[in-house]
Amino acid sequence: MVDLFYLIIALPLLGFFINGLFGKRINNEKVSGWISSILVFIPFVIGVGIFFQMLGMPAEERNITVNLFSWIQTGNLSVNFAYLLDPLSVSLLLIVTGIGFLIHVYSIGYMHGDPGFAKFFAFLNLFIFAMLNLILADNFLLVFLGWEGVGLCSYLLIGFWYEQKFTGDAAKKAFVVNRIGDFGFMIAMFLIFANFGTLTISEFVGSIGGFELNNPLLVAISLLFFLGATGKSAQIPLFVWLPDAMAGPTPVSALIHAATMVTAGVYLVARTSLLYALSPFTTEIILIVAILTAVVSATIALKQNDIKKILAYSTVSQLGFMFIALGVFAYHIAVFHLITHAFFKALMFLGSGSVIHGMHEEQDVRKMGGLKNKMKITFVTFFIGALAISGIPPLSGFFSKDEILYNVIAHSQIPFYIIVLLTAGITAFYMWRLMGLTFYGKPRYDEAHLHPHESPPTMTVPLIILAILSAIGGFIGLPHFTGMPNFLKQWLEPVFADATAVFLANNPANVHTITFELVLVALSVVIATTAIIIAFKKFSKQETFEEEKGFGKVLENKYYVDEAYDKAIVQPIYKTSDNFLWKIFDVKIIDGFVNGLANNISKLGFDWRRLQTGVIQDYTTIAVLGIVAFLLYLLLM
Amino acid sequence: MLEINYYLILSAFLFSIGVIGVLTRRNAIIIFMCIELMLNAINVSLVAFSSYLGDTAGQIFVFRVLTVAAAEAAVGLAIIISLYRNKDTLNIDELNILKW
Repeated sequence: MVDLFYLIIALPLLGFFINGLFGKRINNEKVSGWISSILVFIPFVIGVGIFFQMLGMPAEERNITVNLFSWIQTGNLSVNFAYLLDPLSVSLLLIVTGIGFLIHVYSIGYMHGDPGFAKFFAFLNLFIFAMLNLILADNFLLVFLGWEGVGLCSYLLIGFWYEQKFTGDAAKKAFVVNRIGDFGFMIAMFLIFANFGTLTISEFVGSIGGFELNNPLLVAISLLFFLGATGKSAQIPLFVWLPDAMAGPTPVSALIHAATMVTAGVYLVARTSLLYALSPFTTEIILIVAILTAVVSATIALKQNDIKKILAYSTVSQLGFMFIALGVFAYHIAVFHLITHAFFKALMFLGSGSVIHGMHEEQDVRKMGGLKNKMKITFVTFFIGALAISGIPPLSGFFSKDEILYNVIAHSQIPFYIIVLLTAGITAFYMWRLMGLTFYGKPRYDEAHLHPHESPPTMTVPLIILAILSAIGGFIGLPHFTGMPNFLKQWLEPVFADATAVFLANNPANVHTITFELVLVALSVVIATTAIIIAFKKFSKQETFEEEKGFGKVLENKYYVDEAYDKAIVQPIYKTSDNFLWKIFDVKIIDGFVNGLANNISKLGFDWRRLQTGVIQDYTTIAVLGIVAFLLYLLLM
Repeated sequence: MLEINYYLILSAFLFSIGVIGVLTRRNAIIIFMCIELMLNAINVSLVAFSSYLGDTAGQIFVFRVLTVAAAEAAVGLAIIISLYRNKDTLNIDELNILKW
């Protein structure tokens, strides 16, 4: 199966070219859509083949490098189009292509009738191509190619409905904010090349093993990579672009802004786990940033009224949970939560898309209600997703969230644990507020004119598959107290072995009894259940909505973060550009220099042209005088 | 046999008269004639050198100059005629349109 690896990379790119170049000529939604979907499905099948092939190998041999061709050869820099297949990248390969395929199929239904149908699928395929480069690359430069590629696709797809100004603004915001993170990524890459002479990930990780803890160079590199991760994975302070990114079509939100691209930061940290294990300082910062992000965005989600905005803040918050896992050195748990989150968040985004589709582009939950009888499949699947994210056993979110909670209490302070536990409760609360307002109670829309309807099978079948995955996905990582083997942990063990060894060598091993673990589980389940019941009781019957006051208003306005950024960063930049860079530097200095030079030359010519009298005898006189002068010179010298 | 210097001085005189004529006269035909005078001044010195050095190449050059001068006269006079037709004057102070 590894021989067919190049197809995994090539087919989505082929799909991009087919739909991008000939989409208009094909002019057939079914053909365009299914070509794109199948060109993602084949890589998934090959990925499954590689997965089983690797399962059959001894654990330490599960590390295959596929070198397609040499990319850059200059001086001592040598970069190949080479891909690394190991348990981590293969897991993500399956997620990206698998969920990617489902979302492609869903989009066939969702984008029906859109004038840019083929273009949409071309962008989706290009995204899959870039994302696969990001997760499979064996060197940082190729990772960066994918990193920028997914950023580009994100930009193109957020601004897909470019006729409205706010989508274009959201796309630009996403792009610009991400550039800040990319800057960190690039500097980190330069530092690695300058100090280690290589860009290959395995060579870099292999050469830092002997460093002592908190080596300044490693701390700098890890912090810069984390800056990149905060951009891509929407952590404080760069999270502001993700909620705005909801301006794009809903399948895009599900694929790019929930399941795959935004987890790139988590992947990057997990990929260089040894670097972070050797930099406890950075890891501490990650933990604090992640907890802050989780709390801030979860509380914002409490008061949002746009169904997609709630899910967006929920995504930011869940990404915070993944980084919390990374912040307590629990790398495989972060990947575990990444996987389960990809299932249930893609499910809920697609579910919200189905709701929006059925409600004819209505996104305000205050104007919904009672949809559970109108859209049965959407309701049931969304129900499963909401239970999963709330952490109700035995759904997938329960396992991953509990592992994170357990690792926080095992490897960090109790206050942090309490905060994270409460945030998990808030998560359940806002999710069931969403459920109650959308699906329960009486309809609050104009029933005479609006008839919500269930979506077509291309949309509901992916929902059903994702609902099943959200329900059972957690069983790949059964917790310790069940006494059953944790498949995911064993599978990922070789990838994180070095990092875990460093961590264990520097931290006392905390051994907890099974009773202790069970108490923690019970605690979190009780909190989640309570939150669900309170939210459900309050919001499933709510009929009227009052304007928010006090702290609720602050939450509704997202802590005024956008306004603060606008005042503190955007406006000063704008003013400097306007008053100095444009009116002084550009107009006076640049234009002044260029125009002044031209003016002076023109003036010089204006004066000198008076020499041209037009009288031939003047010219001849000058010529004769010239000859005489020349002859005199010859005679006298 | 006269010394070659006399011929050269004659030639220089004729040439200078031609130059001064070209520079000072205002009638295009006179200027044209002065140019012819300069050419013939050169012819004189060429012939003088040819005789002095016993080399016929100088005389061959003179024939060339005469031929070219004849052709030039044809073209030049044609230009002068068409100038006169267009401008009704041959005073070159009035023919100064080739300028800024």
